[in-house]
Amino acid sequence: MHVLAQDQLRLDAAGVDYALLALYFVFVLGVGFMARRSVSDSLDFFLSGRSLPAWVTGIAFVAANLGAIEIIGMSANGAKYGMPTMHYFWIGAVPAMLFLALVMMPFYYGSKVRSVPEFMLLRFGRPAHLVNGISFAVAQILIAGVNLFLLASIVNVLLGWPLWVSLLVAAAIVLTYTALGGLSAAIYNEVLQFFVIVAALLPLTYVGLHKVGGWDGLVEKVSASPGGAEQLSAWPGKELTGFGDSFLSVLGIVFGLGFVLAFGYWTTNFVEVQRAMASKSMSAAQRTPIIGAFPKLIIPFIVVVPGMIAGVSVSEMVALKAGENPGVDYNDAMLLLMRDLLPNGILGVALAGLLASFMAGMAANLSAFNTVFTYDIWQAYVAKGRPDRYYLKMGPWVTAGATIGAVGTAFIASGYSNLMDYLQQLFSFFNAPLFATFILGMFWKRMTPTAGWVGLVLGTASAVAVFLLSEAGVIALSGQGASFVGAGAAFVVDIAVSVAVSLVTRPKPDEQLVGLVHSLTPKESLKASSAGEDSGWYRRPWLLAGIVLAITVVMNIVFG
Amino acid sequence: MSSPTPARNRTAAGLLTDIRTIIALLFTVYGAVLAVLGAAPSAEDLEKSGGLNINLWSGLGMLVFAAAFAGWAWLSPVAPAAPDGEEPGAAE
Repeated sequence: MHVLAQDQLRLDAAGVDYALLALYFVFVLGVGFMARRSVSDSLDFFLSGRSLPAWVTGIAFVAANLGAIEIIGMSANGAKYGMPTMHYFWIGAVPAMLFLALVMMPFYYGSKVRSVPEFMLLRFGRPAHLVNGISFAVAQILIAGVNLFLLASIVNVLLGWPLWVSLLVAAAIVLTYTALGGLSAAIYNEVLQFFVIVAALLPLTYVGLHKVGGWDGLVEKVSASPGGAEQLSAWPGKELTGFGDSFLSVLGIVFGLGFVLAFGYWTTNFVEVQRAMASKSMSAAQRTPIIGAFPKLIIPFIVVVPGMIAGVSVSEMVALKAGENPGVDYNDAMLLLMRDLLPNGILGVALAGLLASFMAGMAANLSAFNTVFTYDIWQAYVAKGRPDRYYLKMGPWVTAGATIGAVGTAFIASGYSNLMDYLQQLFSFFNAPLFATFILGMFWKRMTPTAGWVGLVLGTASAVAVFLLSEAGVIALSGQGASFVGAGAAFVVDIAVSVAVSLVTRPKPDEQLVGLVHSLTPKESLKASSAGEDSGWYRRPWLLAGIVLAITVVMNIVFG
Repeated sequence: MSSPTPARNRTAAGLLTDIRTIIALLFTVYGAVLAVLGAAPSAEDLEKSGGLNINLWSGLGMLVFAAAFAGWAWLSPVAPAAPDGEEPGAAE
């Protein structure tokens, strides 16, 4: 992003655009104050008192993921690869979200844990808990730094403020509302952000399609572009995976992206799971990812499609696709399209939407970090048994500390030329082994506490080893290729080590594992209630999941 | 969204702490500003968006959306705080 040609991208914003943008920030802070009124104990601050309705947590679930990386990265992919980018949404997210809802949520919500590491504590005991707590906290600060850096670089490009000023102003705003209202403020703002993002991208897509002559016009222009007609169908996506063979490419998308990466990310990532934990009942918790899956299916049409439109209509993008060097890169697709198509007024809304999306990612990291740091590190190992007030009062200070940490890691992120590489690396270190430990621990009661932490440590270590080997040039793989291999290695090593260690150490007695392991948990306690506020066919998790799955299949056929 | 509960909280404070009302408020202002801008579009603006009066249409769309959310918040208000500390800010 740092090679952006500044004046090419400076949007022609007028007074009215800035006014609309400013109004949005007034609302964001207002929501922070509103959420503050409802905070009376630490569970309120860190888990919204487990009281939110499913539509709110469901939208927050998807909005927490609709950050800078999604908007900028996926529109860039759209401009570059076209329709195969859809896989990141359909194969790469929806099945994992449904799996989280139907299979894993009953254990998370049913065991009344307050965080993913706390589930580790119940299932495997203290060493695994501490390892997971610390690695999660570190990962969140690193990822928050990436989000903050992207946010600041956009402010820098759009408004011309110096990078460090943009960085501090952006951090201050996110800090203010998360410190005020805790998770509720973050979640309510995510809901608000979601609608503003849609309000920004929907008109952009509409005008874009109008300009290229509707869907037919887009199809015609993309077919004639250097990428050719291959960019119009999602399968087999050879360009995206880099495999020459169609069958291998499909296999790569389904297992690589759809299974290891997506399941690792969506099912154990506390940033996401926390949104479901904040809901008011088991049924609502199960519905959270499913409700989130509906917008997830639709979002690519207002993110990837504008990218494709930019690829055939914005002069710089057309030049880039033709192999010239117009001084921009694919990451600029969305901004250039806004510059070309949106008049003042709607441009202000678009700016608000972009900044909203970038803040959403960081606020989500901060609120998840808060919970884990306070409950799983401070309360469990440093200052035990204090009154609840003490932990509640810590909240804003922890948020402030995390924000300062994120400003620091933003400078690390600024040293990477491709942020997607950096992020995938972090995911391979932290998410892949965690997913292996979770899935084994939930379904195999024999898995022992020692295996829990040894598997995690060695899994992470093997991902780090792959990273170091590829840095040293021993393994010749491009940036993201190395992290895919790292994730795979972490997963396999974690499973192998956990099984081996389990066979020679002592498992926990069965009665301590009720509600934590599938075979030892009574079926009834895994089922969500269907009475009262959870009644009605449209609130049945399995039925809703079936509808989502059917839509996913249809989309893959229509756009395949 | 849910079956009607006997206790309702259709007060100003109750509505103002409902995220649906806040969303409706923001989009009412956005919609109104855009619709006014779109009522008298400049030739330059129209040219930019290929002859489409995008400010007007987005503005009207946002007003309709805002009305829908306000209507939802009004028709199924948030239940008032339950004695067990149920969060008053939560929408139904």
